[in-house]
Amino acid sequence: MTTLAPVPRTTSVAGPPARSRDLFAAEWIKTRSLRSTPWTIALTVLFVIGSAAVASMTDDATVPGPAGFRHYDAYPPAGYWTLILIASSMGALGVVSEYGSGLIRVTTVAVPARGSVVLAKAAVTAVLWTAVGTIASLGSFLVSQAVLAGRHAAVPITHPGVFRAVAASALLAPVCALVGLGLGVLLRHAAATMVTGVFVLLMLPTMFAESDRWSADVKHALVSAAWKRLIETWEPDPASLAYTATVSGSWIVYALWPLLTVALAVLVVRRRDV
Amino acid sequence: MIEVNELTKRYGGKTAVDQLSFTVRPGRVTGFLGPNGAGKSTTLRMILGLDAPTAGTATVGGVPFRSHPRGLRHVGALLDAGQVHGGRSAVAHLSALARSNGIPRRRVDDVLHEVGLAEAANRRIGGFSLGMKQRLGVATALLGDPPVLMFDEPVNGMDPEGVLWVRRLFRRLAAEGRTVFLSSHLMSEMENTADDLVVIGRGRLIAAEPLRDFAARGTRRGVVVGTPRAAELAAALTAAGASVEPEGSADTERLVVTGLPADRIGALAFEKGIRLDELTTRTASLESAFMELTADSTEYQAGQAR
Repeated sequence: MTTLAPVPRTTSVAGPPARSRDLFAAEWIKTRSLRSTPWTIALTVLFVIGSAAVASMTDDATVPGPAGFRHYDAYPPAGYWTLILIASSMGALGVVSEYGSGLIRVTTVAVPARGSVVLAKAAVTAVLWTAVGTIASLGSFLVSQAVLAGRHAAVPITHPGVFRAVAASALLAPVCALVGLGLGVLLRHAAATMVTGVFVLLMLPTMFAESDRWSADVKHALVSAAWKRLIETWEPDPASLAYTATVSGSWIVYALWPLLTVALAVLVVRRRDV
Repeated sequence: MIEVNELTKRYGGKTAVDQLSFTVRPGRVTGFLGPNGAGKSTTLRMILGLDAPTAGTATVGGVPFRSHPRGLRHVGALLDAGQVHGGRSAVAHLSALARSNGIPRRRVDDVLHEVGLAEAANRRIGGFSLGMKQRLGVATALLGDPPVLMFDEPVNGMDPEGVLWVRRLFRRLAAEGRTVFLSSHLMSEMENTADDLVVIGRGRLIAAEPLRDFAARGTRRGVVVGTPRAAELAAALTAAGASVEPEGSADTERLVVTGLPADRIGALAFEKGIRLDELTTRTASLESAFMELTADSTEYQAGQAR
């Protein structure tokens, strides 16, 4: 017999314990190492803050009495709908690109605990987009107030309800990015995910009016309607016939959308073939 | 060690893998052969826990691979060299994988050096040739220094130098006591690399044995004789103790003779005054054994329907 006897391997297979911190770091390396990430984020922040500057500069209305918070100047829909669009698409892209190229199989062989991978991706997405959202939101507020100060229409961040508006606008980005990520895992196809994200986050709320109870309920359960309510500092006019969402209800909507989509993604990814 | 037991995968009404059982042993290179669509890749995916089997089990080192929270120290796999993000550098790709498994960063440089990609480490993978991507895939498989390695069609797109290199690497990994499992539809590749073979066709096991035994199964050994007077010669050869069969269809003028060497056939034909147009000794080859055994189980065949 010339066959070599199998050489017993001496190297230990055990290795260090499986830590979530390592998965988070790995997903961060993936995000950081794409050139498109910093560019997209820089342009988005610039556009969002720019939209607030433009809205404030073109706001010629003079309101009698003490200055109130002009949320439509600090947080104009043009800028923030764009933020919703980009955050949800970028959140989705992080997973959809792995499904598209098949990289997800390499990732899954490296980390067979599939749910942990989704959670690590979600954590990186949440941290990154909270940072982006905070810069955009604070930037929008400061720039708009600086412009409005010239017309004595500025308010400080301590003005009632303003901090809530700043926080809600900052969190809009991670909420949408996480919804995009969850949808990306569920649908796996780039085009389908983008269209669904835009439909659910942007188009659907415009379908429902606030004049009927049921229609208002549906609208208030959607992310962009919740954001709109949270940046308004005044209380609803009691004489109005429209149904208005509550502030606490809107915060719950903010929390539930990312939680449910990511939880569903974790469940599905564990049962489905990769 | 990879153990596959009664493994079955059905997609709707179509059975991709059908009650497959085999064992891949450590310290040897095992080839996984079958025509296109035979179910090789599906089987590999089930071993790696990517696809759930409809029935049966697959274990690596005695446990289902999916039961490991982190995989790179247990199994290294190259399924498809295209499974990368073109926008990342080779270093970033490997660093993310290494980090997820708690593998030190210097191991990334080691494996890049090992596969000959040290120079291209910081270039975007999108600009890599298929051969370079294959090397990156091999680097990914080696990252965790695993005892079990699986490669799906590893030589696709490699230049001759790359093929030689990867062949030597497989031999070395096996000599180190690791389990090396390679799939291919190229018989010639196995001839030069594998110790054992697992051959499947249409999802079913055709053979699982040492390569040498498999090659010996090539039944078309013998001597091919071409002559215008086939019937006459056949009678003479049969009388001399050989067994004779017409090759292919019955009206051909070529015979396959077993039981007599070529020189005896030539001498006999000369004595009878029969002209020979061809006299070729056919040795058993892996290729022919493979073709014969899988002929009935080829999923997609060129030409007429059988």
